[in-house]
Amino acid sequence: MSEIKKIKNLKDFSTSADRFEGANLLCPGCAHSIIVREVLNATNDDLILAASTGCLEVCTAVYPYTSWDASWIHIGFENGSSAVAGAEAMYKALKTKGRLKQPDRTPKFVAFGGDGATYDIGFQWISGCFERGHNMMYVCLDNEVYANTGGQRSSSTPIGASATTTPAGRISYGEKRNKKDMMAIMAAHGAPYVAQVAPNKWKDMVAKIQKGFAAEGPVYINAMSACTTEWKFAPEDTISISDLATDSLVFPLYEIIDGTQLNITYRPKNIIPVRDYLGAQGRFKHLFTKQNEYLIDEWQTRIDAKWEYLQRREEASV
Amino acid sequence: MADTIELRDIEVWDGNMAASHALRQVQVDVVAAYPITPSTPIVEGYAGFKANGYVDGEFVMTESEHGAMSCCIGAAAAGGRVATATSSQGFALMLETLYSASGMRLPIVLNLVNRAIGAPLNVNGDHSDMYMGRDSGWIQFGAYSPQEAYDLNFIAFKVSEDHDVRLPAIVNQDGFMTSHTAQGVHTLSDEAAFNFVGEYKPMNDMLDLDHPVTHGVQTEEDWHFEHKARQQHALMTAVIPKIEAAFDEFEKLTGRKYNIVESYSMDDAEVAVICMGTSVETAREVAEEMRANGVKAGVVGIRVFRPWPLEQIAAVLKNVKAVGLLDRSSPHGAMGALYNEVAGSLFNTDTKAVLTNYIYGLGGRDLTKAHLVSIFTELKANADAGKPTTPLQQYIGLRGPKLSFF
Repeated sequence: MSEIKKIKNLKDFSTSADRFEGANLLCPGCAHSIIVREVLNATNDDLILAASTGCLEVCTAVYPYTSWDASWIHIGFENGSSAVAGAEAMYKALKTKGRLKQPDRTPKFVAFGGDGATYDIGFQWISGCFERGHNMMYVCLDNEVYANTGGQRSSSTPIGASATTTPAGRISYGEKRNKKDMMAIMAAHGAPYVAQVAPNKWKDMVAKIQKGFAAEGPVYINAMSACTTEWKFAPEDTISISDLATDSLVFPLYEIIDGTQLNITYRPKNIIPVRDYLGAQGRFKHLFTKQNEYLIDEWQTRIDAKWEYLQRREEASV
Repeated sequence: MADTIELRDIEVWDGNMAASHALRQVQVDVVAAYPITPSTPIVEGYAGFKANGYVDGEFVMTESEHGAMSCCIGAAAAGGRVATATSSQGFALMLETLYSASGMRLPIVLNLVNRAIGAPLNVNGDHSDMYMGRDSGWIQFGAYSPQEAYDLNFIAFKVSEDHDVRLPAIVNQDGFMTSHTAQGVHTLSDEAAFNFVGEYKPMNDMLDLDHPVTHGVQTEEDWHFEHKARQQHALMTAVIPKIEAAFDEFEKLTGRKYNIVESYSMDDAEVAVICMGTSVETAREVAEEMRANGVKAGVVGIRVFRPWPLEQIAAVLKNVKAVGLLDRSSPHGAMGALYNEVAGSLFNTDTKAVLTNYIYGLGGRDLTKAHLVSIFTELKANADAGKPTTPLQQYIGLRGPKLSFF
């Protein structure tokens, strides 16, 4: 087991050696880059990275440039998980055969994918990798929409959001389905570690990433990634929107160990109304009309019920 | 260290077992695969070798063929020897990633046990899957027997992993006719087989932790064309000489001689058929019989389907008067691929052979000697007339009314 990196404070953390360069094409205010830096900076170990097709990929490896100062691979939309799993298999093979060039170093294997690549098109590949038990971390950059292609709905898009393929209109309030519960699904794979993180809670996030790196086997991280472009808020508000998400419990921060033990890792001192979170984003603007306002109440009821469920699960320890 | 197996000089193997042993002998570092008829026994055989300590690489049994090739790509980019096997629908599911593997210039060997592609669903042999992959940028070898399926694996690894090539390679063999038909196979010792291919030499390997690399970038109109042009350049210029060199070295080692184009009784041939897979052997037998009856018949077997051996084909057909192109895949709205490739190979030459196209054997339908006798007889009539005496495209062995076009 390699040594866990000690991080004293945010200043210390933010001046860590960057293996994800600031020179990239992501939108100003994009949470992806914050999350990726927090993941990569959580360890001093070598990294072998993969990305599925999506915002992160198209903005960081446009020939002849790369933003990655660690080995990185992209194949397609659905198979970032399998790409890194293949690399991990090769690592094991070369280790067995004594052919590693740096045999004393143990790289970490991490795949990044958006929610489209994770909840939808890449779901089968991720499930396969987790069932097979590759020693890898899969990080979903969950911005609840196909942002790279202009804002189409995914199965992570929450009910009531206006997306280009589920637009709010005269007779529609937008997306009709509840967000898929990837955390529960990945925990059900029996993964040793599954956690939901948010970039504004960086200490919580780093602790979880380090726990994930210390675990043996496949680790799933669901990272909330507020999207200035598709959620429709000002680029400078990314962290404040993220605060609204975690403090309204729309994105509760918790972890599930060995598929069963659920721990809540952040309890807001003041829980704010879901209405405040929804009202800060253009994608929910149409909910604040007479005909749609009942949906805001339904949102609050659903979020309260989920929070209750998480607390009961934590208490039950099963 | 994996245990070795003392093979007899001649083993009774079917094509699948032969391919499985070849993968074992070259000590592939990562095999990622998914079972599908009729290639399943390759994967099962390899799993057996793994279970009994005869291979010490990783064996990743994926959730799908797409996942298998995705893992193969990740593994190859990481820097080691990689192989898989599939057929038919599985190959179709892989197709997206086949283009990724070749475009990323990653050496991978794929044993493609040829099978029809549905609908209607069919598990038997034809060349639909081979044809589906022909624009995917992979080198494609064709085996006609278990012996060749075995031998061509060694050639495929050697050429694919060559640093001047760095392109993935497919070894085709006919589903069931080769894959499940046991024959005597002359073996190489484990040591000789491994030494022929040699230790894997990594290049741009992700696991070289001191030299990070970025694989699978995006290029738009500014660079995409140049990348694809370089890929085509390697495929068109580097591959054939490397295959010829590997064939020569293999002949020195084993006495078995392979050629880019396998010509049989072609020196003075007036008529010829061109085909692939097990049909080549049948056609050779019939050619002998035709010669006994006074028809100067020859057979050209395609050994390397990609890159297409345009010059070699033109050379071997130089003096032929009529050629039958036998395609074992439905062309779905066109002349068969072999017809078009051969026509393209001859068009700017002085050879004005009459070309006709025969579609045969779809979904495992037998091609009999009687079929080939009638084809050669028609070709002789074409040669004598100096023009086609039959429709340009005919279906052979089809039940019901005759089907032909043009």
